[in-house]
Amino acid sequence: MTALGLFNYWAVIFLMMVGFYTLIARGNLVKKIIGLNIFQTSVFILYITMGKITGGTAPIFVEGGEDVIYSNPIPHVLILTAIVVGVATSAVGLSLVIRIKEAFGTIEEDEIQDESL
Amino acid sequence: MDDRVILRVGAKILIPFILVFALYVQFHGDYGPGGGFQAGVIFAAGFVLYALIYGLENVKKVLPPQAVYICSALGVLLYAGVGYVTMALGGNFLDYGVLAHDPEHGQHYGILLVELGVLITVFGVMVAVFYAFAGRRRADT
Amino acid sequence: MVEFVDIALLVLLGITAFSILRQKNLFAAVMMAGIYSLLSAGLFVVMDAVDVAFTEAAVGAGISTILMLGTLALVGHSEHQPQHRPILPLFVVILTGAVLVYGTLDIPQFGDASNPAHHHVAPHYLEESEHEIGIPNVVTSVLASYRGYDTMGETTVIFAALVGVLLLLSLGPRPRRVVSNGQRISDTDSGKPVSEGGVEEAQEDTLQISPEEKTLGDTNG
Repeated sequence: MTALGLFNYWAVIFLMMVGFYTLIARGNLVKKIIGLNIFQTSVFILYITMGKITGGTAPIFVEGGEDVIYSNPIPHVLILTAIVVGVATSAVGLSLVIRIKEAFGTIEEDEIQDESL
Repeated sequence: MDDRVILRVGAKILIPFILVFALYVQFHGDYGPGGGFQAGVIFAAGFVLYALIYGLENVKKVLPPQAVYICSALGVLLYAGVGYVTMALGGNFLDYGVLAHDPEHGQHYGILLVELGVLITVFGVMVAVFYAFAGRRRADT
Repeated sequence: MVEFVDIALLVLLGITAFSILRQKNLFAAVMMAGIYSLLSAGLFVVMDAVDVAFTEAAVGAGISTILMLGTLALVGHSEHQPQHRPILPLFVVILTGAVLVYGTLDIPQFGDASNPAHHHVAPHYLEESEHEIGIPNVVTSVLASYRGYDTMGETTVIFAALVGVLLLLSLGPRPRRVVSNGQRISDTDSGKPVSEGGVEEAQEDTLQISPEEKTLGDTNG
């Protein structure tokens, strides 16, 4: 049970590290933003994992259900807004990439560095 | 684009349902999954689908960019406005209980208005961002 | 059964994330990012977060993919091999991962009802919101009423992000083009759609290099 009880967290850490690696090791700016999205989604999964209660159900009241266990709604609220804010900030990042392409003619980090030297 | 009959006809049938579904998600959000954020994105997706199939000029005739910009500011104003109305009625900022005689009804009205504000802003922002990206020309040769 | 679906979805997410990392074609990477979002939406349903799953499916797999594809149409879709060796980033990532795994050993077990996260305001929301707010969906009542300030802040952030995008893409200086001889020329019309922007048209209306744009590029040296 111990291994299964922590499996979710380890999977989240794996996803987080894949996103982190994409972010720091790849030179392409669009790829970096995709890596940032992977990282971001792994954080969402971490929060939602913490809100889950075994045998619980979605936090929407059912008729006459007195002894129903509901999962914790607070992480759901936090992540719900974070997803929409995440796409809005990704849009800002992508428009910066477009402007960099127009200014330098490339979106590869190494080539941008060469050009600005 | 003229030869893609299935896409054009299919989209024409689908788009009204997408928009109505968005409104269902919005107003059923109190009783099931849904709310302003999801509804705004789905409503915007209807217009994005129209733009992808019929072209950006045509969707801009239906929904001019100016209207979208006004929408995205209007939603935030509506949200904050509800807060100021509750203050004017003697409650705290965003304390919906004072909006009606029965505090529970007041909460209902407040949540409805606030979710509407979220819907309008999210819809406006998503469509406006799509316009900004799709209206840009390719920079290199 | 829930555990089985959970583990299957997490393994699929891991495979998708890893293939995004390996993928050189950015179009394929963007489509796989859409698959990744859809899989995580499935995982949120298993974890009882139906509202979150709904949002992730609409935003992550829908609008986000459209925006990425719109960007790729403007910037091209091939990725070059990075020049530096991946040893240092790999070291950083493995070290960080190891520290985080060490940190998880103290975290309460998955699905444990005695988890501290379930003990402060969450029971209040679950027990009282039916009387205080009167709507069945607790997520909506927390989102719009108990944490109304928070949601107002988020709405404002979304609006601010739109202002940022418009400043960068609609109102800024006109896009420059890099022509074949390497000389930059300014473009006269930035408001045309992607499909109509042709090279010939741009070279016809080659006017002059506007001075502030020239300095913008050169001050980086």
